[in-house]
Amino acid sequence: MPSNVSYGQKASWGLTLAAWGGLLFLHVPILIIFLYTLTPDETTYTFPLPGITFKWFGVALQRADLWRALTLSLQVAAVATVIALVLGTLAAAAVYRSKFFGREAVSFLLVLPIALPGIVTGIALRTSIGALDIPFSYWTIVVGHATFCVVVVYNNVLARFRRMQGSQIEASMDLGANAFQTFRYVVFPNIATALLAGGMLAFALSFDEVIVTTFTAGQQTTLPIWIFSQLTRPRDRPVTNVVALFVMLITFLPIFFAQKITAQSSDTEGGSK
Amino acid sequence: MTSQTQSAIRFDNVSKSFGNVKAVDQANLEIRDGEFFSLLGPSGSGKTTCLRMIAGFEVPTSGHIYLYGQDVSNLPPYERDVNTVFQDYALFPHMSVGDNIAYGLMVKGVPKSERTKRVDEMLELVQLTGYADRKPSQLSGGQRQRVALARALINHPKVLLLDEPLGALDLKLRQQMQVELKAIQKRVGITFIFVTHDQEEALTMSDRIAVFNEGKIVQVGTPAEIYEHPATAFVAGFVGTSNLVSGEVAKRITGREIRFSIRPEKIHMGTMDTKIEADSYSADGVVRDVIYLGLYTRYLIELNGGGDLVVVEQNLKTTSMDVLKVKGQPVRLHWKKEHIREVGGS
Repeated sequence: MPSNVSYGQKASWGLTLAAWGGLLFLHVPILIIFLYTLTPDETTYTFPLPGITFKWFGVALQRADLWRALTLSLQVAAVATVIALVLGTLAAAAVYRSKFFGREAVSFLLVLPIALPGIVTGIALRTSIGALDIPFSYWTIVVGHATFCVVVVYNNVLARFRRMQGSQIEASMDLGANAFQTFRYVVFPNIATALLAGGMLAFALSFDEVIVTTFTAGQQTTLPIWIFSQLTRPRDRPVTNVVALFVMLITFLPIFFAQKITAQSSDTEGGSK
Repeated sequence: MTSQTQSAIRFDNVSKSFGNVKAVDQANLEIRDGEFFSLLGPSGSGKTTCLRMIAGFEVPTSGHIYLYGQDVSNLPPYERDVNTVFQDYALFPHMSVGDNIAYGLMVKGVPKSERTKRVDEMLELVQLTGYADRKPSQLSGGQRQRVALARALINHPKVLLLDEPLGALDLKLRQQMQVELKAIQKRVGITFIFVTHDQEEALTMSDRIAVFNEGKIVQVGTPAEIYEHPATAFVAGFVGTSNLVSGEVAKRITGREIRFSIRPEKIHMGTMDTKIEADSYSADGVVRDVIYLGLYTRYLIELNGGGDLVVVEQNLKTTSMDVLKVKGQPVRLHWKKEHIREVGGS
């Protein structure tokens, strides 16, 4: 019997069911987090909820340890992102523009941290930082995060460079622009959206990173680590859920915009970890 | 020194190597002020490398390049009074047509009002008045080409370089642009240096041509000189089509040990009883192949005793039926002695 399958035709009910099943499996747990921000019960999670309360939002606002952790996380993410933007762009430009001995190796080594398990990166950093007698601090966290943030920017910018007409740079110089003007008026506008997308992804990656942070932090507690410690010694348990909800929103927005931007200009390599 | 200031561009023993490859080998060249000058050659012959050295994108390995007497061999592109129309146009996609054209003025710090005025002049020159606010992506290939031209001309460079600018256009548009480019050059009075591998284009447009082969300049001359008096067998073969005759066959025809070229259109084809004048050479053969091309017909003649010649005849009175009948017939070829060109090695 000839089948008349065409695009736009309705999918079979089995496929529809499987698709919805998959989506629910991925997103129902997130809804549950939201649900338990409203529970009045402070040590255990029971279902159905014994009642509904918004007091945990107020409690979360009062917790100084939480605010310290959030501020630290934002700072680390911001600085790691800036470092990633500068180094990632420079590395991409070098790999794109010039052929030098070991170019492929450099490219590979740059991308490696994103493929390596965080635990390996973490232990490697901890060992070397310890061996060099550098005190664990805010900056060791930043360096730890930068290792994988650089990759995200590097990949995005390199992909953009490869799509850019090389003769544009020559045309700019030919018309009398020096290197700085050429960067400002021609190169930067060409890679701007790639930088924005890469930067946002880098920020999101850094903001929720746990493993590398555990190994590179001293006494500091970033937000994800704070949440983690909340699970092991619960106090006002639903506060964790409130925080989780906010983390989700903070992470969601940059990823959402990064996707929008790259969808418009349609390509990134290795966009996610 | 006065002779140096006469020429727009002078190459003094310029060589350029990329690794072990000699892209340009000991080039000497003088391009006159106001000339439409073409660099003609097959791909990889060094013509584009020469252009890029004039623009400043490549630095000569040895030798010197003078721009109106000034040694520019080591100057960066942005310090030379030379602009380029790129093969792929290289327009800035994020800028409007107007901003693209104004770019050269903008980086020099020319005030905005002056820029707008000069952009309008340029748009008029290339017949794109009213297109200033469009984006390059909204233009056709021919229009992009005009924008690239306007952008390169707005700085009033001493020399304009054009790197196969018509290569991406279709035949009709290309022929139209050839005429237009020539007209614009007359109007602005700037020296144009034009790189092409299309010999017809070079013959049509140029005041003079330099023919390149394997990194060397093999001949410099006017289109007529290059066509009528090719200096080498390579030039004879590359510019137009040519029969190249050497060895035994050449000796049999001329009685001398030479190597010569003869254009297919100079050869007359007659029946075996054709009388040969004293001022002509002749050769007998059989028509091996007939290719009817509408305006003219190309015949491949296999000479008795070896060798072959291509002959072209216009279809003034003949039809395709007539010319095809000739296949397999014995013929006597003859041509004026003065039409052969003795050529050197390759």
